[in-house]
Amino acid sequence: MSSSLAISTKLNLQGHPVDEVGIRERVARLATRSIKKASKVEGLKLALSMVDLTTLEGADTPGKVRQLCTKAIHLHSGRKDLPMVAAVCVYPTMVRIAREALQGTPIQVAAVATAFPSGMNPLSVKLEDTRYAVAEGAHEIDMVISRGDFLRGDYGRVADEIEQVKEACGKAHLKVILETGELGTLDRVRLASDIAMQSGADFIKTSTGKIQPAATPEVVLVMLQAISDFYRKTGKRIGMKPAGGIANAKAALNLLIMVREVLGPAWLTPSLFRIGASKLPNDMLMQLEKERTGVYQGLDYFSND
Amino acid sequence: MSGIGGNMKSGRLDVLKTYKMLIGGSFVRSESGRALDVNAPGGKWLGHVCRASRKDFRNAVVAARKAASGWANTTAYLKGQILYRAAEMLEGRASNFREVLQSIGLSPAAAKTEVAQAIDLLVYYAGWADKYLQVFGSVNPVSSPYFNFSVTEPMGVVAYVAGEKRPLLDLVSGIAPIVAGGNTVITLSTGRAAVAAMELGEVLATSDFPHGVINLLCGLRDELVGQMATHMDVNALVTQGADARESAASREACALNLKRFFPREANSKGDEDPYRILDTVEIKTTWHPVGG
Amino acid sequence: MTETSISTKGSNWGYAPSPESADHFKLKDQYGLFIGGKFVPAGSGKRFATINPANEKTLAQIADAGEKDVDKAVKAARIAYEKVWRKMPGRERGKYLYRIARIIQERARELAVVESMDGGKPIRESRDVDIPLAAAHFFYHAGWADKLGYAFPGRSANPIGVAGQIIPWNFPLLMVAWKVAPALACGNTVVLKPAETTPLTALLFAEICQEAGLPDGVFNCITGAGSTGAALVNHPGLDKVAFTGSTDVGKAIQKSLAGRSTKLTLELGGKAANIIFEDAAIDQAVEGIINGIFFNQGHVCCAGSRLLVQESVEQEVVEKLKARMEHLIVGDPLDKNTDIGAINSKAQCERIRDYLKVGQDEGAELFQTKCSVPEKGYWVRPSFFTKVAQSHRIVQEEIFGPVLAIQSFRTLDEALEKANNTPYGLSGGVWTDKGAKIFKVTRGIKAGVIWANTFNKFDPSSPFGGYKESGYGREGGRHGLRPYVELS
Repeated sequence: MSSSLAISTKLNLQGHPVDEVGIRERVARLATRSIKKASKVEGLKLALSMVDLTTLEGADTPGKVRQLCTKAIHLHSGRKDLPMVAAVCVYPTMVRIAREALQGTPIQVAAVATAFPSGMNPLSVKLEDTRYAVAEGAHEIDMVISRGDFLRGDYGRVADEIEQVKEACGKAHLKVILETGELGTLDRVRLASDIAMQSGADFIKTSTGKIQPAATPEVVLVMLQAISDFYRKTGKRIGMKPAGGIANAKAALNLLIMVREVLGPAWLTPSLFRIGASKLPNDMLMQLEKERTGVYQGLDYFSND
Repeated sequence: MSGIGGNMKSGRLDVLKTYKMLIGGSFVRSESGRALDVNAPGGKWLGHVCRASRKDFRNAVVAARKAASGWANTTAYLKGQILYRAAEMLEGRASNFREVLQSIGLSPAAAKTEVAQAIDLLVYYAGWADKYLQVFGSVNPVSSPYFNFSVTEPMGVVAYVAGEKRPLLDLVSGIAPIVAGGNTVITLSTGRAAVAAMELGEVLATSDFPHGVINLLCGLRDELVGQMATHMDVNALVTQGADARESAASREACALNLKRFFPREANSKGDEDPYRILDTVEIKTTWHPVGG
Repeated sequence: MTETSISTKGSNWGYAPSPESADHFKLKDQYGLFIGGKFVPAGSGKRFATINPANEKTLAQIADAGEKDVDKAVKAARIAYEKVWRKMPGRERGKYLYRIARIIQERARELAVVESMDGGKPIRESRDVDIPLAAAHFFYHAGWADKLGYAFPGRSANPIGVAGQIIPWNFPLLMVAWKVAPALACGNTVVLKPAETTPLTALLFAEICQEAGLPDGVFNCITGAGSTGAALVNHPGLDKVAFTGSTDVGKAIQKSLAGRSTKLTLELGGKAANIIFEDAAIDQAVEGIINGIFFNQGHVCCAGSRLLVQESVEQEVVEKLKARMEHLIVGDPLDKNTDIGAINSKAQCERIRDYLKVGQDEGAELFQTKCSVPEKGYWVRPSFFTKVAQSHRIVQEEIFGPVLAIQSFRTLDEALEKANNTPYGLSGGVWTDKGAKIFKVTRGIKAGVIWANTFNKFDPSSPFGGYKESGYGREGGRHGLRPYVELS
């Protein structure tokens, strides 16, 4: 396609080697940061405010989505000092329900689109998917890149698709899911990040959450470094969203530490950093309760929406 | 075993032990349900041990294969620490093992010596885990601009048939070098030695070995050696105390997948020998250009 | 996009103090010399204080060994050698070392905290690096004790006798392990003199030897200052001397041993070049610079204290380095978040500050981070110099602090030339994604330890030691056994 040829010459993809062992060591050292007392409480609340509360199941129903939205607004009764999450993330056919349920709150509705999670449909279908979700009221679109095209080396096509989806988004913000678990090496994660940012992504996102491995700290670090370099070159701040596999509050705090020390405090805001998760908030709430009461908590005391 | 402390003293009956095999980190009976009697030399019945079937062996190979890549990639330091832990565990149960060995016919002095030697042998091979590469590997001075180096790599899954003369030591002296070299192992113990073997399973299960690294079977030599020699997913076979007929048959069977075959004598002097590690590792040589 | 309401602005989020607890053990008020298996006061009764460089508080009183004490210690080591240790089968010697390794692991946290309090290094380093490596050294060498026949093909290895060992203050317990483990494994007995400013973990190590049941006199520890060290080196009863410290003192020791048959190994200073090529994984290389010179406050003989960066990526590297450095936390060594601890002593702190002035006087440009430092104690912020010339003192001389000198190069040959243009030869680093280049550079650098795409990595099985004026002899690995045996 002539347009993808034109796009590929626009791409500025210089080699940027990534040393895996070095990455693992930096991740390990960042994870030794000890976040206690006030900074732990602040960090947890900050992390909660960055959550994209997610349900992406074939079995989702309006009732399930409404339940999730209630949880998004009221994470835990009995505490007045908790933030709301940043967004709720659903399939396109659930967007309208979510918009209704979240009316009057600042919580955004993000929709996955472009034949999520595999992306194995023609571009026309993926664009229609996007337009539909936007028309239904999605504030944000989480798209998937074509991993097959990427692994074949057809970077022009990958970039072209992202550009066109971005156009179809209109005013909606675009997160580009790299599906790092399928890319193989950290070098490739870096390359995919660069392609996505150069093609108009507002956010780059690690995974669909449908396969393992998902958002490992190693891929997160590589992507944060890509964002840092992009900012150095263009002055543009791109956001980042790890999704899937963020098991507990400690992992969430480790993410904040990484963002702070790799990108800087300016990125510690929901408009530039999100955490895609479904069960994670309860673990963070348990930690917050433990800090408040001094005793370890159990899941029985936290709502399971 | 009823032979050990099985008397009813002061009105209290001892709980008898059931001897099970260690496969994939779990203690199991033979899937065949068969058992063998174990008798003391004088004829007194000591108890039952499992009579492993070829399916048990097959299952053990599956467990050993599953554990193989993890164990191979475990750091040499950690392997050494785990072997040392096994020595700690065996030392902690030394008096129990002395009793067990005596019950199956060793004199108190022989039992004491054998247990001490088994512990020390575990310590010995623990110390080789992070050193044998420095002795058996090399950097090779090729006459072309390449960095050329040879390293050892574990063969994978090794089967080991223990002798009976030194019930505990014959088993430990087989296992230790095999796992120090990064392989996983399935062993066969026969006759009265099976009792010591099953007790050793309890020591190994508490030594931080990942499940499946060491699998201990007991049964009849004639039934199982052929299975071990022909199994296509076993990389090497080490035997001890084999007669000429068995060795010939094993060697022929090993040809099916070119299994590496090492028949050994039961030999106390030979127990401390890093070349036993060398037996069960491959040598891999890599070339890399030196230039701009 | 509207921001959801949150109670904290993320840009203000920082790390609260996270102090490691120091209340699960108690230091003694005073420690004696460890001679013949017992703690005894110095014959003269003299003592000196060891202080915490982070707050200048006294931690304990330490015995100051005089010549007579040194003599007692060497005699105790000799008796232990002749009567017990040289006769003991290697297997049994090894078991003592295994016990010591295990007990170090059991007392790991206590040792880490004391190490940080006595020397100033961050608790994260002593907890995650120093103490585990020390245990690992004993584990590794324990295994050689009964296997020396395999370490020296064609020769039979025997112990030498009594070894006098003098260690520095930058990795106190780890240096104990580097010296004592191979010496004992090979059948020698030891008289160790720890550094004046960091005696505590060596004394706790003496306690560990007691707990392990190590026979009396096999390990002896004589605390004191420079004169104690000199008395030890000059004692005629030593068969071997091992020294880690400055090049100047190393040369002086070699001179004092001239005319004697005493064996000598030296592990001295360095001014390592850390070479970054344009095709390196730049972000990891920047982290490598941090590891190379700011880790352990730069108190590392093999520190990557000279950065040689290919000109085409110089700007990127320096910018990233600055940004990365601003996240380094200088502060209380016992805070788990501290990256850079206290400078070990007032004297060393002044020496470093001196060099900072020298560098500026020489015309180099200084960059220092803006982090806060505590009021009491000895501190230097992480720093680097640009606009440096090869002839500058800050490029030629070892500063032994968190101060980096940055130079650029254009070609591989130029990098090698600059890297080797020094009387030192301890270590070096090379960063490039190209394999062939790695080996060309590692072959070209004249130093005993070269790190490719990493820096400051240590392992008991990996030999360590220098070329040229960085000393001679190796520690660790099969090669590290050689200095402790007599071959026949």
